[in-house]
Amino acid sequence: MFSSIRVRIVLILAVIGFSGWYLYSNYQQSGSIVKLGLDLQGGMHLVLEVDDPEGTMSLEARSDAIDRSERIIRNRIDELGVEEPIVQKVGQDRLIVELAGVDDEERARELVGQTAMLEWKLVRPISQVQAALSRIDRAIVATLGADSLRAIGRAIEVSPAESDEVADLLFRTDPDQEPAEPPVDPDTVVDDEEAEAVLQELEAEADLAAEELALRPFTSLLLTSEGDGEFLLLNEDFALARSFLEIPEVQAVLPREISLQFHWEPVAIGGRLYRALYVLDRNPFITGEMLEDASATRDQQFNQAIVQFQLSRAGGRLFGDVTGRHIGDRIAILLDNEVVSAPVVRSRIGARGQIELGQQDMEEARDLALVLRAGALPAPLRIMEERTVGPSLGQDSIDQGMRAGLIGLVLIVLIMIAYYRFTGVLAVLALSVYVMLVLGGLAALNATLTLPGIAGLILSIGMAVDANVLIFERIREELAEGRAVRTAVDEGFGHALSAIVDANITTLITALILFQFGTGPVRGFAVTLSIGIIASFFTALYVTRSLYLVYLRGKKAQDTLSI
Amino acid sequence: MKFWIFRNARFPFLEWRKKAYVFSAVVLSIGVLAMLANVILIGNWQSYGVDFTGGTRILVELPEGVTEAELREALGGADAPPVSRFGAENEFTIRAPAEEGVAAEVVATRIRDQIAASPAIGEFEVLQTEFVGPTIGAELQQQALLAILISFFATLIYLAFRFEFRFGLASIIATVHDILLTLGFLALFRVEISLPTVAAVLTIIGYSLNDTIVVFDRIRENLNKKGGRRENPVSLINRSINEVLPRTVLTSGTTLAVLLALLILGGAVIRDFTIVLILGVVIGTYSSIFVASPALLEIQKRFGTKEEADRKKRQSSRKKKKEAIPV
Repeated sequence: MFSSIRVRIVLILAVIGFSGWYLYSNYQQSGSIVKLGLDLQGGMHLVLEVDDPEGTMSLEARSDAIDRSERIIRNRIDELGVEEPIVQKVGQDRLIVELAGVDDEERARELVGQTAMLEWKLVRPISQVQAALSRIDRAIVATLGADSLRAIGRAIEVSPAESDEVADLLFRTDPDQEPAEPPVDPDTVVDDEEAEAVLQELEAEADLAAEELALRPFTSLLLTSEGDGEFLLLNEDFALARSFLEIPEVQAVLPREISLQFHWEPVAIGGRLYRALYVLDRNPFITGEMLEDASATRDQQFNQAIVQFQLSRAGGRLFGDVTGRHIGDRIAILLDNEVVSAPVVRSRIGARGQIELGQQDMEEARDLALVLRAGALPAPLRIMEERTVGPSLGQDSIDQGMRAGLIGLVLIVLIMIAYYRFTGVLAVLALSVYVMLVLGGLAALNATLTLPGIAGLILSIGMAVDANVLIFERIREELAEGRAVRTAVDEGFGHALSAIVDANITTLITALILFQFGTGPVRGFAVTLSIGIIASFFTALYVTRSLYLVYLRGKKAQDTLSI
Repeated sequence: MKFWIFRNARFPFLEWRKKAYVFSAVVLSIGVLAMLANVILIGNWQSYGVDFTGGTRILVELPEGVTEAELREALGGADAPPVSRFGAENEFTIRAPAEEGVAAEVVATRIRDQIAASPAIGEFEVLQTEFVGPTIGAELQQQALLAILISFFATLIYLAFRFEFRFGLASIIATVHDILLTLGFLALFRVEISLPTVAAVLTIIGYSLNDTIVVFDRIRENLNKKGGRRENPVSLINRSINEVLPRTVLTSGTTLAVLLALLILGGAVIRDFTIVLILGVVIGTYSSIFVASPALLEIQKRFGTKEEADRKKRQSSRKKKKEAIPV
């Protein structure tokens, strides 16, 4: 029933119509007929995974964390106003985020990847941690060894700003290495002033600092502060001190109910930059889970950015309780384990409060309010893969790809018409239908066109041409053997069929396997190639055939064929 | 007047097969030597890009007149990560290897800051940033290898089903030949192996099979014609190759024309990809004539055809039946 000319024409027109309709509706929605990939229009592609370096989480736990992160990140991005963002779980424990046309990468990365765990903790007096400080020193010396601490100390003296290098030295240290000297009891060292005096005379200044670091690695960095419950340290020592505190053995000697946490940014006092280290309760008395709303404003009086928050009813009651009991004490507000601010409680605070952000600009405050509203990620995420294409490169790629594609098409048209004459014109008509079908197919499947995708498209055009060439060559052969035009055409299509089917199916197999096992750009290639092969199959065997039937309709058996 | 290339051609392709074997062997050896040289010189048999090794790749556009040396200087002189020119005059690719315990954005930001701090450079634009974690890179390598093996297996099954097993085997031999040749070329010119390059190599599999199948289809047809089975296989295969030669030349020519347009006008982003495809078309056309068809002949010489095997089986089963009767 599909072989009468009228049915053929109706079917082909219907297919073209569908393609055109899909392309048109895509154009209405997004301004372009097919969705362009990030490599063509610019944007950011992120692959995230649960950050679990110790491997303590089971696959189910990670999978669950990714599920919940997917919702939260989507909420955050929705507020950002990116058009058609993609937030998608792939496999068991990965999340893909695609943001088209993002111009501020760092901000986007922050919004997506920030855990945004908000906590309120009580600040404790430093006296509660004094006894533990010497234990911390000993634990550091025992873990890292005095020699490597000396090396770190020298590196700091030589180039104090290069804290990277210091961290390098620290990371390179073999944790299993036995300390070169037996752990030194700091109490005896303090008494042993004579030895220190001798050292001062003998050693150069760098060596002295190194020796100091080897004896009291942590406490030698600490300075007293005017604020309650906080130490200060020079900002250049911050990376070193933080890496000391990250050593598990050090965490083990801290009192069970206490944690030491840094301020999130340096503070300038008298022309030098310092970092505050707070003595805090280990457990927060309230967390971001009880937050209901957050918004950013600017404090006119002190000209600083503020995030105002609103707690749930239960949270408000709890917050009121704690603040009521601690008027005059300090409370620290932590974001992802860094202290954002540590105000003194002046009066009992209920469900409404605010977080002072200091000198941050308003955008930072707005973003913070945004991530707080969307909620915290259930676990910290790590960026496994990131691809960012600036908008100008994308535009270049489109222009160049379009031009190359068009010229390639023109070449095909010229070759086909030069070689096959009128039949070549029929082939070109069929190929136009083919291009329409492929674009329509991409639009219908809502597939994105990437750069490798364009290449796959051009390759499948090659296959479509090949199918036509196979048929036409066969018709010529049949004509050369003296068959009548109509028989030759029938035989030509019939005999070319098996080669076309086999060739297309094997390529389709490869394309499907590429789709199954490929990611990102390879997938785009596989999609266009698959659509292209199916379209080429249809055009070569159905459209070209129908055009031939129309062409031959008025001819008599003895007429010649322009081929 | 009809324009008809290679009409009624009668090239003795199979008689040239010994020369083709030598040619393929020489080219393959060059490729293997290049891979070995790469192992010694760059520590890996191919020059893997960040997609596979993990690491950071940044594409920057610098103001006119800034030289590669100045960029290298800004990035730390002798310690600078590898820098290479990319397409347009003032675009450069910077590749930094993955660092243990250092986040990607830190590396990218550091490079950006270093360029920004250089007085010789001034205003610049970051066109593209790519970061791939080391574990993802390793997974991608496995996936690519798996994809190639599975597609081999799938096509072998399909061809064994549609033709005969020896056709499937011969086409796989030709495809393996094509892939090895391409890999040798990639190693020789140290083309960066990225995801698109892998896609291109996989496309070569498709193209090579496509070409081989068209030739085999004609051999199959001629075999099944009256008297085809009794014809000398050398002349039958030669005749089949010559019969489809116009199509082979026309299709390869058209595809090459399109690919050349892509190569010249398509821009730097897809240049490597296009080069690999062009190479694949040339190699695939060559192998369908000089590798796949001779392989078919050699297999037939050594193991016989399916009908010969069937005849033997029938004979032996008849023998068995005869033996079985007295018992």
